[in-house]
Amino acid sequence: MSPLSTVRPSAGGLRAVGGRTLLRLATAGSVDDGKSTLVGRLLFDTNSVLTDTLDHVENVSRRKGLDHADLALLTDGLRAEREQGITIDVAYRYFATPARKFILADCPGHVQYTRNTVTGSSTADVIVLLVDARNGVVEQTRRHLAVASLLRVPHVILVVNKIDLVDYSEDVFTRIATDFALMSRSLGVLDTHCIPVSATEGDNVVTRSHRTPWYDGPTVLGYLENVDDTRLAVGSELRFPVQYVLRPQSAVPAPWAARAPRVDGDYRGYSGKIESGRVRVGDEIVVLPRTSHAVVEAIDTPDGPLDLAVAGQSVVIRLDTNIDVSRGDILAATDAPPAPVRELSGTVCWLADRDLTVGARVLVQHGTSITKAIVKSIDGALDLTFESGSVPCWVPTRSLGLNDIGRVRLALASPLPIDPYREHRATGAFIIVDEADGWTLGAGMAGATSFRAGSSDSPSSDLQHPAQPGRGSS
Amino acid sequence: MNTSQLRPLTELEALESESIHIFREVAATFASPTMLFSGGKDSVVMLHLAAKAFWPAPIPFGLLHVDTGHNFPEVLRYRDEAVEFYGATLKVASVQDYIDDGRLRERPDGTRNPLQTVPLLDAIQAGKHDAVFGGGRRDEERARAKERVFSMRDEFGQWEPRNQRPELWSLYNGRHLPGEHVRIFPLSNWTELDVRDYIQAEKIELPSIYYAHEREVALRDGMWIAITEVTPRLPSDHVELRSVRYRTVGDMSCTAAVLSSASTVHDVITEVGLSQLTERGATRADDRLSEAAMEDRKREGYF
Repeated sequence: MSPLSTVRPSAGGLRAVGGRTLLRLATAGSVDDGKSTLVGRLLFDTNSVLTDTLDHVENVSRRKGLDHADLALLTDGLRAEREQGITIDVAYRYFATPARKFILADCPGHVQYTRNTVTGSSTADVIVLLVDARNGVVEQTRRHLAVASLLRVPHVILVVNKIDLVDYSEDVFTRIATDFALMSRSLGVLDTHCIPVSATEGDNVVTRSHRTPWYDGPTVLGYLENVDDTRLAVGSELRFPVQYVLRPQSAVPAPWAARAPRVDGDYRGYSGKIESGRVRVGDEIVVLPRTSHAVVEAIDTPDGPLDLAVAGQSVVIRLDTNIDVSRGDILAATDAPPAPVRELSGTVCWLADRDLTVGARVLVQHGTSITKAIVKSIDGALDLTFESGSVPCWVPTRSLGLNDIGRVRLALASPLPIDPYREHRATGAFIIVDEADGWTLGAGMAGATSFRAGSSDSPSSDLQHPAQPGRGSS
Repeated sequence: MNTSQLRPLTELEALESESIHIFREVAATFASPTMLFSGGKDSVVMLHLAAKAFWPAPIPFGLLHVDTGHNFPEVLRYRDEAVEFYGATLKVASVQDYIDDGRLRERPDGTRNPLQTVPLLDAIQAGKHDAVFGGGRRDEERARAKERVFSMRDEFGQWEPRNQRPELWSLYNGRHLPGEHVRIFPLSNWTELDVRDYIQAEKIELPSIYYAHEREVALRDGMWIAITEVTPRLPSDHVELRSVRYRTVGDMSCTAAVLSSASTVHDVITEVGLSQLTERGATRADDRLSEAAMEDRKREGYF
């Protein structure tokens, strides 16, 4: 008998382990805000650092004449890059507590800040934004917050760092927190919280500080452990991009699948990941972009069938009718599905060295489909220098360069059922790809921005009220 | 109605789902993917995930093993059983063949790990593979922390860390020029502990050498080396019969054992202190950490 005979999917097995959930974070801050130290502190205080790495950090710290380990050295890789002047890139780091596992996209602050912050924010549940308590909210903070707002990151925490250097002053903290609240409101940020921290001293990072008795909120880690997972709430209508049609031809399943449900010869299942909402057996759904209707007959997994599946789950859906469904289609709730559009307008963060100009031929990747597109117009670029309480302005431009954020209108070769990004992050997002070499050029968010940006010249109604995609713009 | 699902996914459910999503994207958008499979724990987890991703259909791509000729026989036996168990197909590229016909030469230090590159790239080219799944994880080392899930390789199979495509949302972009291929890392966001936990939760069997067993070993430079054909007894060796296990299943010439009595995944997790990883406060020089240090030494050219 094969020693592997015990290998089989165990229904519920993954649920049994700890019940720990997963949270994705992204950091943002200027160069000297102490971000490396904060990240190092989180890794160190959650015991996520290997001792050999720690030995190295302690040795280096000793050589530098410090009497404590410089935790910023834990993210040394980035520092080395900076010294060599090569591209600084998002680095992913992992730490965990008994309650949660955290995936942290560590976004370097200064060079290519928009590109990195956009990349890190695109998957983030929480942005950890740092300011130096001595400087308060600075231009960089406003830029990062505007990006976090555009990307619809559900939660933003402002870490008011180096609070020890302002003598743990409540006044300083309150002033910064007030400024931040004002700015968040005008930028339409969904949920915010401010925490007074000294990453170097460890105040309010993992352990509550007795030096800030006037602060009664959670520590940084405490906040991250308890913040609501919004995936079940945000965008509650079903969106299920079909990835791959499963039509098993062979009747003999591999030994491993012996414990999985048996399927008959006519099996036709649509595999994919539920991007938002939930789906139940018996639900009526609409297949986009064709808008044919069907009823969910079964939700299959190798661990057994489900009555209900929710956002984040990869499943196989079977329908009651044999309508033609293929990769690129989206199964959506019948309530307010996005209408397929031939013209897409949205906000684009430009991530490439080559500029985007009107008339450019590109590819647009959305959900599980990709289509050719032509840039019809560039209706302005966002000027991210703005004062707290006001909003960024659109300024006229003929092209978008690296790190620019602009309003772009694209004509599509085939219709896309694209949601307003404000309502559905996953199915409102798209990327712009170079047709020739396949490079990822831009990150797009369909529909209106999260805040109503101003206009530097005579206000144009299009800019003030950008058209919603899928709501009759074609 | 099953309301128990109205809760956020657990960590392992989320990681599994993300990996399955990656597998399906690749199968749907590449002409000829292949998956590296060594029988090591990360590659076994990948194989298990691939099988789940395409159930009830078979895995729509083959597996590829670059055999150094220095593999543990237990691991090779396991490899073939696993391939059959999951209903997969396997191609083997043999470093030994390359050495035998002179295309590669044995290195003075005896390790064959660096020799795998040529047979691998040849196999990728021969199979016209445009996507190659690998078990790399971002928590493994610093450079890896920046690698994308879809990682472009040029005609020479090289990674250019300074010039990577941004990877946004879960919109993976695998478009590439002819001659290029894309390495795919479905386990990017998994940590060592996640892999162990998943193996336990899914009751995945591993090659026997991952668990404690008796073996003739000698202590060389602080590392327990098994006495085998590849690593024969040296005059200076003091050979002992000890209970050991392996942390990786690499080249026999450069893979050291650790003393252990852990006979199950659970025991291993407990033994290496991974279960206490999340206990805040104390820093401990436990096995896991010293083992990791050992691997680093290997990487830095100890062997």
